[in-house]
Amino acid sequence: MAVIREFAFQGAEMLLVLLLSPLLTGFVRKVKARLLRRQGPPLLQPYRDLIRLMRKEVVLAESASWLFRVIPYIIFAGTWVAASLVPTFRSGLLFSWSADLIAIIALLGSARFFLALAGLDVGTSFGGIGSSREVMIASLAEPAMLMTMFTLALIAGSTQLSTMAAHMALSAVGLRVSLGLGLLALIMVALAENARIPIDNPATHLELTMVHEAMVLEYSGRHLALIDLSSELKLLLYVSVIGCLFTPWGIAGPDSGGQALAVGVVSYLAKLTVGGFLLAVFETAIAKMRVFRVPAFLGAALMLGLLATLLLFVSRSL
Amino acid sequence: MMAAYALCGVAALLLLLPIAIVLGRSSHSSAVVYGASLIVALVLGIFALLTLFEHSGRVSSVSLPFGLPWLGAHFRIDALSAFFLVVVNLGGAAASLFALGYGQHEHAPQRVLPFYPVYLAAMNLVVLADDAFSFLVSWEFMSLSSWALVIAHHQIRENLRAGYVYLLMASFGTLALLLAFGLLAGANGNYVFDAIRAAHPSTQLAALVLILVLVGAGSKAGVVPLHAWLPLAHPAAPSHVSALMSGVMTKVAVYGFVRIVFDLLGPPDWWWSMPVLGVGGITAAMGVLYALMQHDLKRLLAYHTVENIGIIYIGLGLALAFKAYNMPLAAALAFTAGLFHVFNHSVFKSLLFFGAGAVLNSTGERDMEHLGGLIHRMPQTAFVFLVGCVAISALPPLNGFVSEWLTFQAILLSPQLPSWGLKFLVPAVGGLLALSAALAAACFVKAFGVTFLGRARGPAAQAAKETDTNSLAAMFFLAALCLVAGILPGFFIDALAPVANSLIGTAMPHQAGVEWLSIVPIAESRSSYNGLLVLVFVVMSGSLAAFAIHRLASDKLRRGPAWDCGYPDPSPATQYTASSFAQPIRRVYGTMMFSAREIGEMPAPGSIAPARLHVQLRDLIWDALYAPVAVGIDYATEKLNSLQFLTIRQYLSLVFAALVILLVVLAIWP
Repeated sequence: MAVIREFAFQGAEMLLVLLLSPLLTGFVRKVKARLLRRQGPPLLQPYRDLIRLMRKEVVLAESASWLFRVIPYIIFAGTWVAASLVPTFRSGLLFSWSADLIAIIALLGSARFFLALAGLDVGTSFGGIGSSREVMIASLAEPAMLMTMFTLALIAGSTQLSTMAAHMALSAVGLRVSLGLGLLALIMVALAENARIPIDNPATHLELTMVHEAMVLEYSGRHLALIDLSSELKLLLYVSVIGCLFTPWGIAGPDSGGQALAVGVVSYLAKLTVGGFLLAVFETAIAKMRVFRVPAFLGAALMLGLLATLLLFVSRSL
Repeated sequence: MMAAYALCGVAALLLLLPIAIVLGRSSHSSAVVYGASLIVALVLGIFALLTLFEHSGRVSSVSLPFGLPWLGAHFRIDALSAFFLVVVNLGGAAASLFALGYGQHEHAPQRVLPFYPVYLAAMNLVVLADDAFSFLVSWEFMSLSSWALVIAHHQIRENLRAGYVYLLMASFGTLALLLAFGLLAGANGNYVFDAIRAAHPSTQLAALVLILVLVGAGSKAGVVPLHAWLPLAHPAAPSHVSALMSGVMTKVAVYGFVRIVFDLLGPPDWWWSMPVLGVGGITAAMGVLYALMQHDLKRLLAYHTVENIGIIYIGLGLALAFKAYNMPLAAALAFTAGLFHVFNHSVFKSLLFFGAGAVLNSTGERDMEHLGGLIHRMPQTAFVFLVGCVAISALPPLNGFVSEWLTFQAILLSPQLPSWGLKFLVPAVGGLLALSAALAAACFVKAFGVTFLGRARGPAAQAAKETDTNSLAAMFFLAALCLVAGILPGFFIDALAPVANSLIGTAMPHQAGVEWLSIVPIAESRSSYNGLLVLVFVVMSGSLAAFAIHRLASDKLRRGPAWDCGYPDPSPATQYTASSFAQPIRRVYGTMMFSAREIGEMPAPGSIAPARLHVQLRDLIWDALYAPVAVGIDYATEKLNSLQFLTIRQYLSLVFAALVILLVVLAIWP
């Protein structure tokens, strides 16, 4: 009985992240539009876009290989699995131990690896430009993410997200300089990983500055729908990770009853709303960087992460 | 007894040398030599595997009346040698199977065949050796036979230079090892490993030995800055030998390091780990940056070996630190991580070199700038090469990720180390490891993307054919091994337990009994990973999505010209090349590491000459370390040359002066 319950929770989590992620993207777009005094697309527009794309036929480039057709499914599956291993409203999910935070980062790394390959597959110049810039950005963002993760793992004494969230919820952690630096680095990395302003512009096309959009330029129909959905899942994942590590309040424990679960769901939705709102405000307030300013930005994130870890290593013995 | 069986296998390999010479250029020669090597390597490998599994602290040794008359030659199998025997012979068997197909195309088989079995035998002997003399002799045999294989295609000038540099560096490394063993002598100058083990060297002596071993074994393994020969020599050899050199011989060098530092040198001092960790971190980051700048596929792979050696050294360095501070569980974790990476790297690096060999065979090209689109013409090679790329980029669910994950877990245990030096060094090394993991993914997106994806960049790539069955069989076997080691790592970790037990004193917790076949290095609340479940989830959700979309939405598909924002260009030259792909990374890291410069040449107004862009990369390590040595040696030989043309009187006075100086030294020696 308990196992079935646990399976149900894991399934609910998978469905929840899948269904909520387009909404989060829609919400961010809406807030951005309102901040610019535009009406903006309706909140549910991303769902409609996805359904429309899925119904359309795929137009495949003549030089595309079988890999090009498989990659959207790999990216979607990898991102979805990674997103459903992050504790959202309830910690200690049935399969949360099958991959810790390092493995979740690496799963996203796999998705990006294949996306970059997809950019090269058709053999167009735009695909190449996107792939080569994406791997350059990733080569800085991934170590920065890992260093931040090191900081948190050292504080919590674990790399399991559930354990980490539970540990962070204890007031004993308190305010630490390392945590502040880690949060800053994590936010910078999250902006880069999700191709947001100031690194990349999610709304751009036909520009020499595009990165993510250049890689997926040759995709259409259901393939494009899957890739868009994966990007939306990734945004949700990063907001969830930041939420569960830095604002771990309200997450229901493994044995909690209905009331705690309700609190968990409501607090999770509140975190997403706040996260999405802040992202929209930030994106509206800042301009996009030149591509070759990005290394300085991400290098700063990497240094912040390294500094946070070093501080922890050193402060342990004091 | 077991050691005697292993020696029989080695003798069988050596017996192939005269057979290969007798067969010469005959049409069956390569089938006979590679077939026999395959069988012997398989038998030896299975046998070593059984020894490793049934190992319970037993060692088996044998001494033969070879070598120095009063010394004899001693051989022994313990857990460590059994593990490395598995690595050597697994690589050897795969390379022989690959060569059954690949070797058919060799135009000068008499230059490859005799040395190949000797090379395999020498690597086996290094791992089996139980005294300093046989160790060094086998080590030199290994160097020389591989040198002969490097210059097999001696018509290419570049290969001769590679062979020359390799020979120099190999002798230099052996010299360092010779000195190290000289310092290690046991009681009464006994060089049997047991006697060396019993005699504990003093602290200063141990320090000296550690440095000498780092240099000696490190130069063979390819640690920065002693790696200079590796990217020249490894690609020059025929591809199956490249695979052996990169995948296996560097591991034999790691074996030499582990054997001396963990076994013979006695309990470690706290600071031993610092040079090892430092060298490992720098090697990992530098190796992958070098690899990213290459456009020769085999040279890229060779440089990337340097990175992986760095990762292995990081694991071993952490193990030394934990061992010195008496934290056996953490030491066992770090040590297992290092050795697991030894195994993993030997598998996927061999696989990738085989893939590069298949491409070279079918197109005659190693330069990625002339390749492209091979996934259409060599679909099976492309698939296994992709598996190798994913594995080496440390991406789940394949095996490269598991060993790097274990290394990260070991790093996360290191704040408990009391030493301040390590407190600063370990996070920095962790950062370098993270950086090199991310750059490795970039490197293999480039390697696979430019070689196999896109459109063909030249007629050779256009006309490529799928490679032969034997080569494919070898590659598919290794690819399957990458997957199995990735999703069931617990069994591999358990197999390494006897090795950790014998050198660290304890092993990682038993993994095979953990629920759902996860791996749990310390405690489940701390960290766990389950590659099998991750794979199952990814496959399930991917196929669920495919099924649902094809059923409920649309499964229509139409081919059309590429869109490319409305400006598609039919010329394949407009694609991204290997150099242009690396350009952003070159700009970020290269200006500092390689003083990279881009020089644009614009033709004069009105001229119809094309504009050109040159990229200048300098190998700063070569310029700073090797070039001055070469210049110094040239200068010294120039000056000393005059000593060759003296009269007999002058020679006699030189001898007399030398004698007087020696006597004076003896007289004032305390």
